[in-house]
Amino acid sequence: MLLLEQGLNGLQFGLMLFLLAAGLTLVFGVMDMVNLAHGSLYMIGAYLMATLAQATGSFWMALPLAMAATAAIGMALESGLLRRLYERDHLSQVLATFALILIANDLVRMIWGPQALLLDAPRALAGTIEIIPGAPYPAFRAFIIGVGVAVAVALYWMIVHTRIGALVRAGASNREMALALGVNVKRLFTLVFGLGAALCALAGAMLGPLLAVQIGMGESILIQAFVVVVIGGIGSIRGALVGALLVGMVDTIGRAFLPVLLRGFLPNNIADALGPTLAAMAVYILMAAVLYWKPTGLFPARG
Amino acid sequence: MRMRLSTSQLRPALIVIAALAFPFLAEAAGGGYYVGVMTRVMIYALAATSLNLVLGYGGMISFGHAAFFGVGAYAVAILAQEGVTSAWAAWPIAVAAGAAFALVIGAISLRTRGLYFIMITLAFAQMLYYFFVSLRAYGGEDGINLAARSRLPWLDLRDETTFYLLVLALLAGCLYLLRRLAASRFGTVLRGIRENEARMTALGYPTYRYRLVCFTVAGAAAGLAGALIVNQHGFVSPSLLDWTQSGTLLIMLILGGVGWLYGGVAGAAAMLLLEEVLSHWTGYWKLGLGLVLLFVVLRAPGGVGSWFARGNTRG
Repeated sequence: MLLLEQGLNGLQFGLMLFLLAAGLTLVFGVMDMVNLAHGSLYMIGAYLMATLAQATGSFWMALPLAMAATAAIGMALESGLLRRLYERDHLSQVLATFALILIANDLVRMIWGPQALLLDAPRALAGTIEIIPGAPYPAFRAFIIGVGVAVAVALYWMIVHTRIGALVRAGASNREMALALGVNVKRLFTLVFGLGAALCALAGAMLGPLLAVQIGMGESILIQAFVVVVIGGIGSIRGALVGALLVGMVDTIGRAFLPVLLRGFLPNNIADALGPTLAAMAVYILMAAVLYWKPTGLFPARG
Repeated sequence: MRMRLSTSQLRPALIVIAALAFPFLAEAAGGGYYVGVMTRVMIYALAATSLNLVLGYGGMISFGHAAFFGVGAYAVAILAQEGVTSAWAAWPIAVAAGAAFALVIGAISLRTRGLYFIMITLAFAQMLYYFFVSLRAYGGEDGINLAARSRLPWLDLRDETTFYLLVLALLAGCLYLLRRLAASRFGTVLRGIRENEARMTALGYPTYRYRLVCFTVAGAAAGLAGALIVNQHGFVSPSLLDWTQSGTLLIMLILGGVGWLYGGVAGAAAMLLLEEVLSHWTGYWKLGLGLVLLFVVLRAPGGVGSWFARGNTRG
């Protein structure tokens, strides 16, 4: 029973990681760009969401507004600044987007102040529901799972069945060839970046009520999103989904059960010390292992 | 021609004299606080220089270099808590610990390339970060204090000027070693691997071993920098191993000039002094720092070093 509930938590966390990793892997795969500032868009999305939810008094009104505003910020950033970095090496991209993190953190502190904001879950989803008979599960968390699945399906459909999806796939598997065949990459890149930013805002809106909306919230989750992207294979949406679910499950289940599990065959004091350590490290051990055996990730997009 | 040669020989001598005189002048002018600031700059310069060996000379983008820096710092702090306060014992152990971790992490990471190498070094650094977070006997998330600076016979490291001069000597020694290393056969092979690994493999060089040795030596130097920083701050916490710290070291080096012998020194000085000045002036100093970094990326791709060392950026 507990295992099932933790499994749902893992699924929920994994799907949120997917929202962030999807945008990251596309920017990575299509534009060949390391974007450390992706986490800042997530933070900005969450702050906009918290502010708009308070201003409009409605979670549901604020959600599309926050997503649109964050997408607009992302697209402006892309066409104004990041576009110039595509042709540069990865080191310059790391430096520039690290600078953007510093700038975004201080701008947010200037506008909203240093203290964390509160974002309440919508009232309709405040209760619990029974997905598993006999075990009430918070309705908002269940809703997050639903949103995550819906986005995954929609993105999959977009990538596989639409013209834009075909262009994205072409860009990820062979950028030069897509360019040579006359794809309007400028518009495509801006569009992809805007989509990634909107997904960041969505993740921020979903996780805001569960975690704190605060400065620096983007940095810790950014690294986990990068882990997902690398495990899945850079540029692959399917890889991002599988990687995100793996990371979400390993992290959540590891934290919940590793200490108990270790007690089975180790003395209690050692197990108590080792369990949380291993649980925190589990995700990174997973990534190192995947890279050791499959050095280009599970689903490499470049053929 | 003659004139230029003599200035290029004179400049290092002038810098050394200025660096030696600085603490005495600062104390005399009542600015003793700045001796500590400059000591910190030199320690970060050493850490960034060790990263320069990996990145600038070896061509490996390591995003986990703060791990070795942190391991060195923790080695000194943990030994001090267990009663070992002699620098002769603790510092070599910190260096050895940095080297040992670099050897193991490098041995696994160097099987990957490019972006995947960036990410796997990051993963190992994060593992060590969480290891120290959960190390409750030594402070866990809060970190541990170093009761007193390490002890050396004859020298009193509690004195800011003495510690400054010792750090200066160590930094100068490491830079000298790096210069010798870069000019040696080993350094030449390393640069060959950076430029064209396939070719060096075809020529019969065991490229993996060369890169691993480079990675390990850099880990040792970062361990030494860690031993110094814990003595300077009197404190170490897991945040010293955080990925943003690895990022900061990378930024310093890029800012100063990757692959230029003094790139780490120039970058650490530029970034930390900028931070010092901006933070006196405004609470939003990170905003200013970010804008300066953006300007450097867009306008001075070779780093600040390239402004006063044109054509000399490749060691």
